[in-house]
Amino acid sequence: MGWAAIRTYTILVYLFMFLPVAVVVLLSFNQNQFGSFPMTGLSLRWFEALWNNEAVMRAFRTSVVLGLLTALISTTLGVLASLALVRYSVPGKNLITTILIAPILVPEVVLAVALLLFLNWLGIGKSFALLLAGHVIFTLPFVILVVQARLVGIRRDVEEAALSLGASPVQTFFSITLPLLMPAVAAGGLFAFTISFDDITGTLFWKPGGVETVPTQIFSMLRNSISPEINALGTVMIVMTVGLPLLGAAIARSMALKRGA
Amino acid sequence: MSVEAREKRQPWILLSPALGAVTMLLLVPLIFIVVYSFWLRSATGPDVVGFHLDNWESTLTDPFYRFILFNTLKIAAITTVICALLGYPAAYFITRSSGNKMLLLLLLMLPFWISYIIRTMSWINILGSSGAVNTFLMSIGLISSPIQMLYNEVTVILGLVHFLLPFMVLNIYVSLDGIDTNLEDAATSLGATRWQSFLQVTLPLSLPGLAAGGLLCFVLGAGTYITPLVLGGPQDAMFANLVFEAIITQLNWPLGSALSMALLLVLGSLVAIYNRFLGMSQLTKGLG
Repeated sequence: MGWAAIRTYTILVYLFMFLPVAVVVLLSFNQNQFGSFPMTGLSLRWFEALWNNEAVMRAFRTSVVLGLLTALISTTLGVLASLALVRYSVPGKNLITTILIAPILVPEVVLAVALLLFLNWLGIGKSFALLLAGHVIFTLPFVILVVQARLVGIRRDVEEAALSLGASPVQTFFSITLPLLMPAVAAGGLFAFTISFDDITGTLFWKPGGVETVPTQIFSMLRNSISPEINALGTVMIVMTVGLPLLGAAIARSMALKRGA
Repeated sequence: MSVEAREKRQPWILLSPALGAVTMLLLVPLIFIVVYSFWLRSATGPDVVGFHLDNWESTLTDPFYRFILFNTLKIAAITTVICALLGYPAAYFITRSSGNKMLLLLLLMLPFWISYIIRTMSWINILGSSGAVNTFLMSIGLISSPIQMLYNEVTVILGLVHFLLPFMVLNIYVSLDGIDTNLEDAATSLGATRWQSFLQVTLPLSLPGLAAGGLLCFVLGAGTYITPLVLGGPQDAMFANLVFEAIITQLNWPLGSALSMALLLVLGSLVAIYNRFLGMSQLTKGLG
């Protein structure tokens, strides 16, 4: 196979990955009254319809709150655990790492069932608390893997210098380690937020009746009837989970450049 | 407390919240559903506590469940093979391309940030009765009314391939990127054709990545119930759909527990075999 053939093949694979998603974005601006093909002109009517759809807006608020809380808790737990694993020699490190990433080794459906049944038995039925617990446990391994990878790159001697100059360990952590850690913390938090915001497999098991997140709202809209607003909702979600991280990365980069200059 | 003792305790203090969470929210619940799978559902009151083998008997012997299990493994296997065939050349191209490598990698990461439900439903816009393909065929007069292309096994596999392909490409890429290109050059300078040097040098060295990508595709594919619900018909249920049905629709939690454990055992044994021969580190490489 020649190089040109491989290139063409790769372009086709990329088209396969992106074309359907691009069509979602394209159709969300369609003026056509059914929101489907053919494109009859550009309009924002479906976004307007979304804005006025109380159920969608409620789902949106639920997803954002859930995502933020998940990111906060999961990142806190993940950063602490990563610090321990990277900075100290802990006996049984491999076993501990395996346990910590176990939530992604277990199929999400099984995790969802186990958590639902156990917490229900403890008296915590389908609720926001169950949803939050599920999202935290499911995002934790991703946070730990991302944060650990970033932590390895941070040099220890700066901290040792602070300690040797008389700073207490707590002072050192807040004035030296944490600032150096911020990119890792931000990356972990962003990752947790995105995964939580996108999750549907576990969420359908854990959510109480009447509560919807954006993905479960899309799912129920798909099952009942394909409403034309759905593409607009998809576009908003793509902007949230792709646009924001890219914007964040761009800002971080320009700030780093300024500081460097 | 001596400094040394404090040094020793510190990591455990840092680890305890995360370990506690995983223990209480995953490990204990898993043990709990093993126990629960031996309970019985009662038509009227709460589930009957005890040691009953009924749920396991139906899980293991019911021909319908066995058929669905077989179907699930078949769909996951086909998906994995298609992902490998689509993903390998693409990963190879990314590794060896010079100019736009960063862009290609960034694009490869993008699907991970786009919601699974959106990527799945996007196919309705393409293949649905008022989707792109039908609209096009009707506009050129090839067909007069839309043809039904959705809601069958093929579209389930299509949706799964679309969802899982980035995992495959990324894992193969990580593996290919770690291979010293001098090895291939050495092979060609010793008289091998490019194709021969690829088959005998590069391909074998990239097998760990291919295996990691394959495992992820298979396990994630075999554990899904959303794709069959969105893109499949009633006859395309997969094993996780049985679990969802039992837990959410029929509220038969003891049976749902047994079915979940069965799924975990099947997929878990694959992960265990993989871990035995290749180790977990390859799997986590792609995420770092």
